[in-house]
Amino acid sequence: MSEQLCDLPAFVVAQKVRSGELKATEVLESVLTRMDQVEGKTPSSSYERFEEADLEKVHAFVTITRDRAWSQAEAVDQAIRAGQDPGPLAGVPVSIKDIFCVKGTPSTAGSKILESFISPYTATPAVRLEQAGAVMVGKVNLDEFAFGSSNEASAFLPPVGNPWNPAYVPGGSSGGSAASVAAGEAAISLGTDTAGSIRQPAAFCGVVGLKPTYGRVSRYGLIAFASSLDCPGTITRNVTDAAHALNVIAGEDPYDATAVKIPVEDPVPRLEAGVKGMRIGLSPDYFQLKYPDPESGELREQAISKEIADEVYRAADYLSGAGAEIIEDVPMPNTRFGIPVYFVISRVEAASNLHRYDGVKYGYRFPGDEEDLRQLYRETRAEGFGTQVKLRILMGMYVSAQQYEKGYYEQALKVRTLIRQDFSRIFDQEGEYKLDCLLTATTPTAAFKIGEVYGDTVLMQYADLLTVPCNHAGIPGLSIPAGLNGEGLPIGIQFLGPDFSEASLLQVGRTIEMLTEDAEWRKIKPQILETL
Amino acid sequence: MMTVKEDLGMSKYESIIGLETHIQLNTHSKIFCGCKADSWKEPPNTNICPVCTGLPGVLPTLNEAVVEKAVLLALAMHVDAIQAESYFARKNYFYPDLPKGYQISQYDEPLALGGTMDLSMPDGELVRVRIDKLHVEEDAGKTVHQGNRRLIDFNRCGVPLVEMVTGPDLRSADEAAQYLIRLRQLLRWLGISEADMERGQLRCDANVSIRLKGTEELNPKTEIKNVNSIENVRSAIEAEISRQIREVESGNEIEAWTLNWDEDSSTLSKMRSKETEADYRYFREPDLLPIRISKAWLDEMKSNLPELPLERRSRFIKEYSLPLYDAEILTEERSLADYFEETVSVYTGEPKSVSNWLMNDVLRMIRDLGIFASELKMRPHHLAKIIQLVDSRSITNSTGKALLDKVQESGRNPDEIVEEEGLAQVSDEDTLKLLVKGVIDANPEQVEVYRGGKVTIIGWFVGQVMRESKGKADAQRTRAILEEFLKE
Repeated sequence: MSEQLCDLPAFVVAQKVRSGELKATEVLESVLTRMDQVEGKTPSSSYERFEEADLEKVHAFVTITRDRAWSQAEAVDQAIRAGQDPGPLAGVPVSIKDIFCVKGTPSTAGSKILESFISPYTATPAVRLEQAGAVMVGKVNLDEFAFGSSNEASAFLPPVGNPWNPAYVPGGSSGGSAASVAAGEAAISLGTDTAGSIRQPAAFCGVVGLKPTYGRVSRYGLIAFASSLDCPGTITRNVTDAAHALNVIAGEDPYDATAVKIPVEDPVPRLEAGVKGMRIGLSPDYFQLKYPDPESGELREQAISKEIADEVYRAADYLSGAGAEIIEDVPMPNTRFGIPVYFVISRVEAASNLHRYDGVKYGYRFPGDEEDLRQLYRETRAEGFGTQVKLRILMGMYVSAQQYEKGYYEQALKVRTLIRQDFSRIFDQEGEYKLDCLLTATTPTAAFKIGEVYGDTVLMQYADLLTVPCNHAGIPGLSIPAGLNGEGLPIGIQFLGPDFSEASLLQVGRTIEMLTEDAEWRKIKPQILETL
Repeated sequence: MMTVKEDLGMSKYESIIGLETHIQLNTHSKIFCGCKADSWKEPPNTNICPVCTGLPGVLPTLNEAVVEKAVLLALAMHVDAIQAESYFARKNYFYPDLPKGYQISQYDEPLALGGTMDLSMPDGELVRVRIDKLHVEEDAGKTVHQGNRRLIDFNRCGVPLVEMVTGPDLRSADEAAQYLIRLRQLLRWLGISEADMERGQLRCDANVSIRLKGTEELNPKTEIKNVNSIENVRSAIEAEISRQIREVESGNEIEAWTLNWDEDSSTLSKMRSKETEADYRYFREPDLLPIRISKAWLDEMKSNLPELPLERRSRFIKEYSLPLYDAEILTEERSLADYFEETVSVYTGEPKSVSNWLMNDVLRMIRDLGIFASELKMRPHHLAKIIQLVDSRSITNSTGKALLDKVQESGRNPDEIVEEEGLAQVSDEDTLKLLVKGVIDANPEQVEVYRGGKVTIIGWFVGQVMRESKGKADAQRTRAILEEFLKE
């Protein structure tokens, strides 16, 4: 296959468009051609029968916003002709996880209950991307309301296929984002990360996922799942693009009280400054997983995939060779509680956040007797929500009931504080470890086959074991590709840093990128592109 | 319907009443978005935005003016503490006019803790009412039933409210009514709510129970909802006390019902049993930061707290030697009290005469015009001047009263008007004698009556002279001259 315009990095597209070397419309044309080649069937809520062919395509997009994209691309070209500045992401094709509201587009959250909802306003990070000259090519699929780690829990099927092997899941919940970027259907995708929903699919699809510090990017317009954990971020094909995208989307927002007013450091100038003198930690708690058995509650142990562990150590060696100091045996004792705590907090918040979908104001309404309010609620929610959503609502309702709230939710908040303390301790510049960041695997395993794990909610959730502590702590995390496993599926490694250390994480990530520039695995492209 | 006072069982029982009030703050915009807060008389669903209608993805941002107004109220309730950090919580329940499916309220860590309000009863007794709860929250929308259909107006969604709950400290319907009267006065005094019950700016639910006098236990209570005037609160509570007494007297137990007051029929009806009350599954609102009140901010808000009505009333009694009755009326409304004090400060005579003028004439003017004292064109220095002109007998009392209206109409200085219209009092002896002579000559019959011994008729003669002089004659001099002439 030959590299197309749609395979160019975002920062290169922006450079060329801004210099007049390339037209935004040419880039868009290339993207639309790629979509025709790889997308396949458009996911739909009336999907009934699984077909073998469904495992051969990407079908990442719920909605392709062709007209919007054309007018934006033309506006960029027009601005260039008129000598105006179309913005730092001029002509860059972006996809947006369909959990963000974008004015005039269906904003479904992957749910039947919002299938007919056309948003009258646009989410802040999406506004910022468009204002920066990016071209929005469409809304991408996700697990319904972001509840899932494989993208199989969307109301719109067939599920997204992993471009490296479409019979495998792309991860989730930002699976459509990761797949669209890996397949060259967008250079940047706006995703969200609640327990690993950006980093895990980025790892599964061999791309870069950045979950910024909680509060760094406004949540306004992000359809809420677990409000205290939800964090908008980006998926890109390289670290430099993540830095440019962060510059555009980050910063305070009068519409989000939890978006912090601390100024955003531009990560671009020091991207290639290397890692000399940096202190980077490895924690046994991120190699040997400990977690309570969902049935018995007993602590179980399991090592992460050896192939993945090897890549983490290899990355540590690279960094050490580049002058960083590697600190081993950093204890992160509360990592094991990440998932149980997440089960409680996310479900309590989700149950409440989903109260508003009642058939009264917008979205799906059960076409029955409107006089009986109870029936309207019950039937609307029974028909409109998928199984995963119902399970989460039930659990959320249960643990937040007056008689259980202290035992579960309040307890979970306390344990969450302990998890944050694990990180504060290792990043404390006066403390024992003085780390700049922690290096871990992003996921315990590589991507699994579609249908293999789906249905086992608990097991599925354990895909987030290594990513969720970062959400509890509110700190930033970056996942970058680090190689391929024996099956030719990508492996991701993760850097976790203190609050607002995005620039440092990107600097470390870019260092790895430069050191592995000539690695064999970097020459291998996703299977779906090889066949073009 | 039997009233409490007629009920024979009454004397054995005392009633225990607690009031839960919702106070609509008069901020310009809503609590969590930029929409206008006041939608009175506006068409349904015109003051709304994605935030207050709970569209997917929206977030609340706190309007600080809400905190400032609520803190003023808390300070006026002498709370034990304004919390340096308080939290919002979600109260989860389903209702069509609650667009998010939860109300953002406060729960375990409210804005203020503890408090008291002293009620001055008409008989002079002081009743202390504990304030158990004071927090801020958002209002829900309004459901209008039209036949089988529910119509929902979201205008009211997100209007800022303070919820304030008293302890079970009120002992009669009168005390409950007095609490609301005093609260309404205070809210307007502080300038934080228009507190008009008919407009829903002040809402009240009443918890009522009874017990045998001399006992201390709290019996099951009922909650009366949907009462929209102070008079209705009084009637509803009285009706409920009578009902409970009748039930207990007939050997029945009081059940913890929620009752609805029907204004048209003046009757209570059962809405639901309390046992079925929902679990609201409160938890901290993750979309908002805690309300943090720094010492500096609190000090600033404290400095904005005006002297309160009761304090001001006592000061008026002490400082200006006013009777309780005057002090009470003058402190009913803040701008009237201000008006009084400003007038006193530029007037050289007794404060009591300012009070007399205000209570007799200026208050009538204010009520006729339907405005506040602060909105009068006649400013306090004008009033002081008019009273002084009367005191110094430069104008007559009746000219003074007429002058009030003239100044109010024109906004001009009283002495200018006196000068220009020649209203100065006629006290010149010769002029007065001429006027008196004219009246006596014209009324020989009345002169006979006077001389026949009915000397009280002199008042009638003074009146005639005043009429002839167009009110300018010095009444005292006129009387003296009349007495002299009539003796002859």
